[in-house]
Amino acid sequence: MQWETVIGLEIHAQLATQSKIFSGSATTFGAEPNTQASLVDLGMPGTLPVLNAEAVRMACKFGLAIDAVIAEKNVFARKNYFYPDLPKGYQTSQMDHPIVGKGHLDITLEDGTTRRIGITRAHLEEDAGKSLHEDFHGMSGIDLNRAGTPLLEIVSEPDIRSAKEAVAYVKAIHALVRYLGICDGNMAEGSLRCDCNVSVRPKGQAEFGTRAEIKNVNSFRFIEKAINHEVQRQIELIEDGGKVVQETRLYDPNKDETRSMRSKEEANDYRYFPCPDLLPVVIEQRFLDEVRASLPELPVHKRERFEREFGLSAYDATVLAASRELADYFEAVQSACGDAKLSANWVMGELSSLLNKDNLDIQQSPVSAEQLGGMIQRIKDNTISGKIAKMVFEALAAGEGATADEIIEKKGLKQVTDTNAIEAMLDEVLAANAEQVEQYRASDEAKRGKMFGFFVGQAMKASKGKANPGQVNQLLKKKLEG
Amino acid sequence: MHQLTLAEIARNLSQKRFSAEELTRTLLARIEQLDPQLNSFISVTEELALEQARAADARRAAGEDGALLGAPIGHKDLFCTQGVRTSCGSRILDAFKAPYDATVVERLAAAGTVTLGKLNMDEFAMGSANESSYYGPVKNPWDPTRVPGGSSGGSAAAIAARLIPAATGTDTGGSIRQPAALTNLTGLKPTYGRVSRWGMVAYASSLDQGGPMARTAEDCALLLAAMAGFDPKDSTSVEQPLDDYLAALSQPLAGLRIGLPKEYFGAGLDPKIADAVMRAVDELKKLGATVKDISLPNMQHAIPSYYVIAPAEASSNLSRFDGVRFGYRCENPADLTDLYKRSRAEGFGDEVKRRIMVGTYALSAGYYDAYYLKAQKIRRLIKNDFVAAFEEVDVILGPTTPNLAWKLGEKNADPVSAYLEDIYTITANLAGIPGISMPAGFIDGLPVGVQLLAPYFQEARLLNVAHQYQQVTDWHTRAPQGF
Amino acid sequence: MALERTEVEKIAHLARLGLAEADLPRTTETLNNILGLIDRMQAVDTCGIEPLAHPLETTQRLRADVVTERNQRDAYQAIAPAVEDGLYLVPRVIE
Repeated sequence: MQWETVIGLEIHAQLATQSKIFSGSATTFGAEPNTQASLVDLGMPGTLPVLNAEAVRMACKFGLAIDAVIAEKNVFARKNYFYPDLPKGYQTSQMDHPIVGKGHLDITLEDGTTRRIGITRAHLEEDAGKSLHEDFHGMSGIDLNRAGTPLLEIVSEPDIRSAKEAVAYVKAIHALVRYLGICDGNMAEGSLRCDCNVSVRPKGQAEFGTRAEIKNVNSFRFIEKAINHEVQRQIELIEDGGKVVQETRLYDPNKDETRSMRSKEEANDYRYFPCPDLLPVVIEQRFLDEVRASLPELPVHKRERFEREFGLSAYDATVLAASRELADYFEAVQSACGDAKLSANWVMGELSSLLNKDNLDIQQSPVSAEQLGGMIQRIKDNTISGKIAKMVFEALAAGEGATADEIIEKKGLKQVTDTNAIEAMLDEVLAANAEQVEQYRASDEAKRGKMFGFFVGQAMKASKGKANPGQVNQLLKKKLEG
Repeated sequence: MHQLTLAEIARNLSQKRFSAEELTRTLLARIEQLDPQLNSFISVTEELALEQARAADARRAAGEDGALLGAPIGHKDLFCTQGVRTSCGSRILDAFKAPYDATVVERLAAAGTVTLGKLNMDEFAMGSANESSYYGPVKNPWDPTRVPGGSSGGSAAAIAARLIPAATGTDTGGSIRQPAALTNLTGLKPTYGRVSRWGMVAYASSLDQGGPMARTAEDCALLLAAMAGFDPKDSTSVEQPLDDYLAALSQPLAGLRIGLPKEYFGAGLDPKIADAVMRAVDELKKLGATVKDISLPNMQHAIPSYYVIAPAEASSNLSRFDGVRFGYRCENPADLTDLYKRSRAEGFGDEVKRRIMVGTYALSAGYYDAYYLKAQKIRRLIKNDFVAAFEEVDVILGPTTPNLAWKLGEKNADPVSAYLEDIYTITANLAGIPGISMPAGFIDGLPVGVQLLAPYFQEARLLNVAHQYQQVTDWHTRAPQGF
Repeated sequence: MALERTEVEKIAHLARLGLAEADLPRTTETLNNILGLIDRMQAVDTCGIEPLAHPLETTQRLRADVVTERNQRDAYQAIAPAVEDGLYLVPRVIE
């Protein structure tokens, strides 16, 4: 049977406010346990919440960026359950009246196709604390520093059809919240967390299958693996005559499998009701207009502009627009050298692998956009070949010179374009390989093709890579045929 | 000294007839001597009181002359007091020394009041007899075999017995006004949002309101002026300037339009109380007020609505008492669920558990619409009734309670019978309007209270009417025998 | 809507209130009496009436995003039942 995968994602983005959503505690990551837990965060008797204006503004920014309707009036509700990391015995969240209503986000897949993913809603809520399970004489330790950190929970429609699409969607959300400056996107620190609702159904069937929720998958790679594993599990289960049960599952990256979290399953009844300590939040049009005016160019617009203005492919444009910093870098390279395609190739190619290898952010790049742009200019004006350029790039990365020109000069890497000089060099090469020249001349077209490469290689070696490859090709052909 | 009102104390302190410290020592001695009969205090804060009294005397010596400088008071034991046990009348908070002061406590302390102690109350303010306290029932000074009302029963008994001249209370369904009525006091529940709830341990957040209890309206005005006002720490606190409550007291009542709702005088009301209320109406007429019959047709639905909304909010508010960060924790919990279940079962008393369960049920899946939403719709009907009534009249007048103080233990077997005692007071909480109860006579030696209700933020009007009434009557000056 | 024993047990569990077997009949009866009182609401016509959650129907005030709290862990943990290394201790949490 042909199966279709149906995925909906719930992404929790920690908002990058200075203080918590309902208290004046700091939200800094990694502080000593419970040193950022105030009376309010601890749920001390008699304490009351007051809403952080910046959390509201950030949620509105997000809503506007996904073309959503921002509710004129949104309401906080209490979600009641007992857990040691939940100090009040309820989480203050939003239920019937979320701040951000229906919106959408376009994602671009590797093959360049674009899909629109619906976003059901996004609402504000407070984060819980953390349970630490190191051995305290058989007890768990509770750290409430994180309790009360503002979260935006972004709920997608079940529009996603594959693990790859899911990753593309999470990457698009990740890029968006970072562009907007509302979340630092640090998945390792839990700033962006993802719950995946996964189900399968026979292709062509209209109703959804029973879904399982995979909780807290915290890297792009694990999202893909966890979903793929879960889809496989469900298909095998159904094909073996079994039934998928609606439950919460946990992805174990070490074993690459999901397993049931039955302990969390027991009869949840959250008893949502409007929080009596908080009043309805009213968003005025004037405020929204002001937020809208403050929005930066969004990834989707930047991507479109890159395609339109620079003629980049949809995929290249998506990759380069994925982070504001990368996009800025690319544009700086482009404006320094005036060649968008070469700039894109170098940024996505050599530069990216260099950064990956050393695990650096684009802001930490050892080669500045101006340096790279200057170097690309030298490729364009034939001062150096692409191959030599790689040497120049490495030298720039190693700090061997301030500019490409300086390195080219110092290392004598300037390309040889003098026809006479090249001809003289070629004559020497051919003389040294007289046997191969004989063979070449005796061979048919097909074989010659391969052998030609040998002579080019020898010629480039003899010139230490500096001979202009175009000229070498042209002159060599003439001499050999001659 | 102990017979003096706050206003009289202020004059005496100002004229240096005695010092705040002398007054404090006198009252502390009285508490020690007399409170064992009443059980109105959970904690007596002798050291704190003497320290505050000396500080008040020093401020006075330095030239200050505030109306509450050196005024001895007590706090209902659900206002957080830093470093002092704040028990809420519950075992679960028996060892809880609050790490901060409630806004009300802070403001009154800043005004120079002297805190003599923390007053007994129904556990988590749930009750109307002060019999659900972990620290035992409070007795009514007018008849120690009877209840003082609740939930601010300790505040009421202590003031009525002249152990303190005034105290704070809280009113979620009548918990200031009803004990005031049963002990011959004046007690004001302000408009919801007028007094900060920061540091006031929540029972039902959308209904709870702190307020003053004293013997006279004038004293209530003095306290309210210091307690009330906007607090940025409470989202439901209102940014509206305070009226001058003291200045408003002396306004004449000529032309005051009083509404008498027919629903307040129907079946269930003790006829002798009805007579006393009508005698009070006559007095007010003599002062120039006019009277009109009105109707509050949805009043009869207030009790069911209240007993859904208050327990629902309480069930959530009281979830934080889980034995993890503060408060009672059971011995040797076997696991997490055992920790929760036993700490809460051992820490909470029966009435609290009942209300938590009713509230949990009312909010649970499948019942939310039928109970919680329905109750909130009725709440709007009740508010609409008041809005309409206040188009025609300035204040609404009726009995505070349908019955006189009942015998200790009389209504323990059947919680529902005690719930019905709230009939005249809970509508003000549901609508959020202010209400006051004032002494209006005695029946068989037991006090009767008259309640006045006014539109939002018209506390000044209520205090004014009660004060004018107290200028021509002397019920409020009467003291129980032996105190 | 009269409650059965099993429902009372379920509610007590949701509210994390230990309930002794011996107390179940009495608790069930009392709760049913209270629900009997509450159920009088059902006769009221509330068609078209908006629920009222807050008496004043005002709107939420917003706080400036400023850190105003400092570390007071020692003071706050002085009243905690069980702490170690700055953490609140609870019986092992099973994930």
